[in-house]
Amino acid sequence: MTDALLTGANASTEVPLKRRLRRAERTRQVKALALVLPLLLFLLFTFAGPIAGMLWRAVDDREVRQVLPQTIAALANWDGRDLPDEKAFAALASDILAARATGTIAIAAKRLNYALNGFRTILTSTSRNLKAQPEPGTARETLGKINPAWRERTTWTTIKDASGPMTGFYLLAALDLTRNVDGAIVAASPDQAIYRDVFARTFLISLSVTALCLILGFPVAYLLATLPPGRSNLLMIFVLLPFWTSLLVRTCAWIVLLQSKGVVNDSLHWLGIIDEPLRLIYNRFGVCVAMTHVLLPFMILPLYSGMKAISPAYMRAAASLGAPPVTAFLRIYLPQTLPGIGAGSLLVFILALGYYITPALVGGAADQMISYFIALYTTETANWGLASALGAVLLLATVLLALVYGKLVQGQQVTGGMKN
Amino acid sequence: MEAGMVTPAPALVRFSGIQKTYDGEHLVVKNLDLEIRKGEFITLLGPSGSGKTTTLMMLAGFEVPTHGEIYLAERPIKNVPPHKRDIGMVFQNYALFPHLTIAENIAFPLSVRKTNKAEAQERVSAALRMIKMETLAHRRPGQLSGGQQQRVALARALVFNPQLVLMDEPLGALDKRLREQMQMEIKQLHETMGITVVYVTHDQSEALTMSDRIAVFNDGIVQQIDRPDALYEHPVNSFVAHFIGENNVLAGTVETVEKDYCRVALAGGGAVTARAVNVSGAGASTSLSVRPERIAIVPDGTGEGPNRLPAKVQNTIYLGDHALAVLDVAGNGEFMVKLQPGAHDGLRHDSPRHDSLRHDSLRPGENVFITFRPEDCLALDPV
Repeated sequence: MTDALLTGANASTEVPLKRRLRRAERTRQVKALALVLPLLLFLLFTFAGPIAGMLWRAVDDREVRQVLPQTIAALANWDGRDLPDEKAFAALASDILAARATGTIAIAAKRLNYALNGFRTILTSTSRNLKAQPEPGTARETLGKINPAWRERTTWTTIKDASGPMTGFYLLAALDLTRNVDGAIVAASPDQAIYRDVFARTFLISLSVTALCLILGFPVAYLLATLPPGRSNLLMIFVLLPFWTSLLVRTCAWIVLLQSKGVVNDSLHWLGIIDEPLRLIYNRFGVCVAMTHVLLPFMILPLYSGMKAISPAYMRAAASLGAPPVTAFLRIYLPQTLPGIGAGSLLVFILALGYYITPALVGGAADQMISYFIALYTTETANWGLASALGAVLLLATVLLALVYGKLVQGQQVTGGMKN
Repeated sequence: MEAGMVTPAPALVRFSGIQKTYDGEHLVVKNLDLEIRKGEFITLLGPSGSGKTTTLMMLAGFEVPTHGEIYLAERPIKNVPPHKRDIGMVFQNYALFPHLTIAENIAFPLSVRKTNKAEAQERVSAALRMIKMETLAHRRPGQLSGGQQQRVALARALVFNPQLVLMDEPLGALDKRLREQMQMEIKQLHETMGITVVYVTHDQSEALTMSDRIAVFNDGIVQQIDRPDALYEHPVNSFVAHFIGENNVLAGTVETVEKDYCRVALAGGGAVTARAVNVSGAGASTSLSVRPERIAIVPDGTGEGPNRLPAKVQNTIYLGDHALAVLDVAGNGEFMVKLQPGAHDGLRHDSPRHDSLRHDSLRPGENVFITFRPEDCLALDPV
């Protein structure tokens, strides 16, 4: 009887209990959300929004569509094998006249010129010389007379490619690819194919800087983790000091040090080691030195926090079990620092990928990284599509790296968690 | 190391005039001379800061003696690095390598010695069988309980057959029940494998349970080295008497000394006869030490025996297998007497306690007498 009573009580309270739990939890969740809401909104507007916008701009292609709507409609069913029919020519003439009236012809001309060098001239000369809408049936002839380019198939495929509303044109360009006249993806012409080199250079510089940071940072982090607190605090201040100095100041300091009449060259000359000043700046060497200096704390701090967690008892245990110091370091200490090495390297590498100011100031023309070109296209030539596409490719590479790292760390986590 | 090769009762380890200081001002270990025999289980026992762990670390090679020499199998090892000493060690927090599996942890000392694969495999399996953890060979240390980790640490320190195994408070992190179980297991391993163990602890009951001999450390000096029962029954000074087991202290002055016994006038009034263990002579102040279980409580002051003191009951504490009476004796208000709990008739009649009162017959504030034999009362150096 007591049993029946108990189970009955359980059955009747089960649902309300869950609901009460949810209600209690909900209040807490709402409070927690309210606390992070300002940051969430801030990130949404200043981070997630712009990134989404950039990704959208990389494929957005509506300029030509807005200026030449009738032409785009007429070309919709064109197979691209021969020149389009008379209707398309008539539509183009009508679009050009309309665009001339509203002054929007330059917008289409700029976009089409990206895809086909000289298109701006074709469009502006046609716009200038086209007096009125040609008689029905003569549009093809009239336009052909004004600019013979209208008799070329390429001119028309370029318009069709740019018909939007979305395009892979910028993304392909960012990878040194383009579509030929038949719509197949082919390598871009050598004079336009620069981005693969730039990406390769960006990755190479980032890798070199990461390796340098690791080589220089590992012993420092080890010292920080093993010195007695007093001295390790002092050392930590030295590590953090550059952190508190402006990036620009630190980069300029390297210019002062490394230039041909700089401190380093003068000292070496005075010591009689060199006769001619060494070229230490405005080349790859300068870029690597300055970037390594700036990014070193980002390597040291994750390494340090990883090493701090490794109990000195492990090395003692290894020694007592017969391992010489080098073996103990390689087999016991180093494997336990791997998560720290991974975190530090990933941090430095990803930060280095996006570096702009430092290579721009201390690098030569052949040392400019991808950010330089993104900045160039956004601020100088206003080619937002290409800038966004380059950014998107960089973002993709970074996300892939982060995912790979996440996978590696996940594999590592099983090993950790010593009870100490 | 064949038994026939060495002289009888060989010392496996010999500390000779060892001194150690960390700051150059204060000696942590003062003139340590200690011999550890082959096959024995010796415990270094002492409060924290007494120098016992430093001594162990010097033996392991993690600390260098400031002065003196340590011999391992007659070979000086002061300048031998830890990894060449062939000494296994079990650490307080086990120090199992978190990135290696249990089997890899145990195989580590074999693989750094480049033992061939098949033999290493065989010895690792044997070690896993010994600690009954064959099924957990591929787990990581983080997935094991404290007791399991402790067993693995033990197996790892034994698998390469070291000459000597050091244990630095290995059971400190375990709960009481598990600690007692592990004490038995370690003791059993010691007996079946015939290994030499140097064990460090601050827990005197652990030391008494496990050791062949105990070295009691205090203030950087070994106060006494002896078998557990000898330490308990015949402490050489007040520190050892108080550190090992429960004890009652009465301060007094020596009146007369006669052979092994002396008559002591208590500071709180009265006089008793005690064994003269560590007194300089008549007129010297001394502290008397009496174990709680060697005292009987009697209702009146008449009766035989030289030691009979008035006492006032403060209260009684029931502890299951026994009971404690807290008395006020000669100015000591925390004088403990161990009693049979009430209504128990199993007392032996040859015990001086056979006529002792039971705890349930004592009332707080009651005036009684205590009595104990002269041989159970030790006159030691004043505290």
